[in-house]
Amino acid sequence: MKILLITEQRQGKWNNASFETLAAAQQIAKNASGTVTAVVIGKGVGELADQLAAKNVAEVLLVEHELLDAYTPDGYCVALKQVIESAKPDLVVSPHTYQVRDFAPKLAAMLGKGMIGDCVGYRSEGGKLVFVRQMFQGKTAADVTFLGSGPSFASFQSGAFRADLVEAHASKAPINKVSVNLTAEQIRTKPLDLFKEAKSAVDLTQAPLIVAVGRGIKAPENIAQAEAVAKAMGAEIAASRPICDEGWLPMERQIGSSGQTVAPKLYLALGISGAIQHVVGMKGARTIVAINKDQNAPIFEIADYGIVGDIFEIMPALTEELQKAKSS
Amino acid sequence: MNIVVCIKQVPAKDAPLAIAGSWIKESDIGFEMNEPDSYALEEALRLKEKHGGEVVVLSMGPERVKQTIKEALAKGAERGIHIADDNFAQLDPLGSAKALAAAIQKEKADLVLTGLQSDDHGFGQTGVLLAGLLDRPHATIIMAIEVADGKMKLKRELEAGWFQHIECPLPAVLSIQSGINKVRYATLKGIMAAKKKEIATITRESLGVSSEPTQKIEKIYIPTKSKQTEFLTGTPKEVAAKLVEKLRFEARVL
Repeated sequence: MKILLITEQRQGKWNNASFETLAAAQQIAKNASGTVTAVVIGKGVGELADQLAAKNVAEVLLVEHELLDAYTPDGYCVALKQVIESAKPDLVVSPHTYQVRDFAPKLAAMLGKGMIGDCVGYRSEGGKLVFVRQMFQGKTAADVTFLGSGPSFASFQSGAFRADLVEAHASKAPINKVSVNLTAEQIRTKPLDLFKEAKSAVDLTQAPLIVAVGRGIKAPENIAQAEAVAKAMGAEIAASRPICDEGWLPMERQIGSSGQTVAPKLYLALGISGAIQHVVGMKGARTIVAINKDQNAPIFEIADYGIVGDIFEIMPALTEELQKAKSS
Repeated sequence: MNIVVCIKQVPAKDAPLAIAGSWIKESDIGFEMNEPDSYALEEALRLKEKHGGEVVVLSMGPERVKQTIKEALAKGAERGIHIADDNFAQLDPLGSAKALAAAIQKEKADLVLTGLQSDDHGFGQTGVLLAGLLDRPHATIIMAIEVADGKMKLKRELEAGWFQHIECPLPAVLSIQSGINKVRYATLKGIMAAKKKEIATITRESLGVSSEPTQKIEKIYIPTKSKQTEFLTGTPKEVAAKLVEKLRFEARVL
């Protein structure tokens, strides 16, 4: 089985999720006695190709073009279609980043193929690859398989594989340049400035203790109860995306794929169901406590301590116990 | 500016999910508009209010999907298109997108909007696939749209707090990020007006897109736990006391 890995870089800097997916590709190759070909795409990214060639891959394909300097979905689709047609892989893998979500389904469709996105794992069953992904906001898992001939496309969720398990190789893999035909007219969108919103000094990544609220908090006036818990604990307050979308807490306090990724000593999740987009931002916490009225909430799958109950009854009791503990 | 918004009807957020093989048992649960799509609808309504034109709501699925189309009409969309298909949940992302694209092709749409992903399958591919099938430029995870001189200036969300401005010509396809706007509620007047609005029903078969599925959901199941969770039980006061004790003396994080 020939596996083609599409790596991701921006302005010459790796998206580290590329190496998590390289680890996945190496493991699949090992199971299926296959090989991994890694693609670096951009402009002036030869150094990144060198770094990849030191890993255990059969070959590195360096795809460079003036028009691939900044990412555009049109540019990437036109170029990568040519790369895939000449490399003829059975499976194309990539990290499930915002950028991959932006172009990979279309790239697959241009070749008449399908994509299984956001996979958290895979199994090999009787020579067939079974991809595992979440559905219903993480409440269920699903086993998904490809039908028909390859190349098939799969992307892996951030954190699903460990980048530190990437195997290196003593001798360097060959780096082959692939020239692609791409014209300015084919690129219909124009990328402009990259920027961050002006934000205050909240850096949740440095907070040792975090109390986070989700939809279960129900109304903005109830946030104060969670803030009381956080204050009694000496923790920072944070939230899942819907709370920030509603404006109940500022966006800079959002944890998850579109917010901050944190790994505190303690993460207390109040009324958070545990949708994938939230979990990827906090699953690295050392101790996770979840309080939720729904005993089947996916947050309990990763919790060390769980309480099934009404947060509005537990929050005041918890504040009181924390204050008691502090003064004792 | 004529806008087609693709809206999916999904199981209600608090619906108890009973697994039945490769899907869930649909008979006893409620359904609602996919939340990410409600942001796309709101954005379409705002663009129409600013630039004129009409908003057409497109949804695929069994008969019950009409209820969600009606909700969109009550909020201000002009008309609805229902692609009737009782086996919609079994389609793969490409199969769904092909049917939607065939229906969109019959419309004179300047802009096609979708939500970011659905709360049930969560494939998150529809908008990007539509762009490919309709051969239109696209952008995803959009947080702001400004239209001027026949093109758009978009604010696209990247990861870890980064954003990017993008210039995109019309016609185009955009996937809208949740939280881009504050979604409106239907007014009583809107609900009354919706009763007179048209919902055209077409069957998926009549669109003439029979695509071989590219993938198959073999089964769905409750995920295996990655951690052993210790559940604390008792009255609120008891569980609060137990938790503080565990965090101080067992986990040693307080």
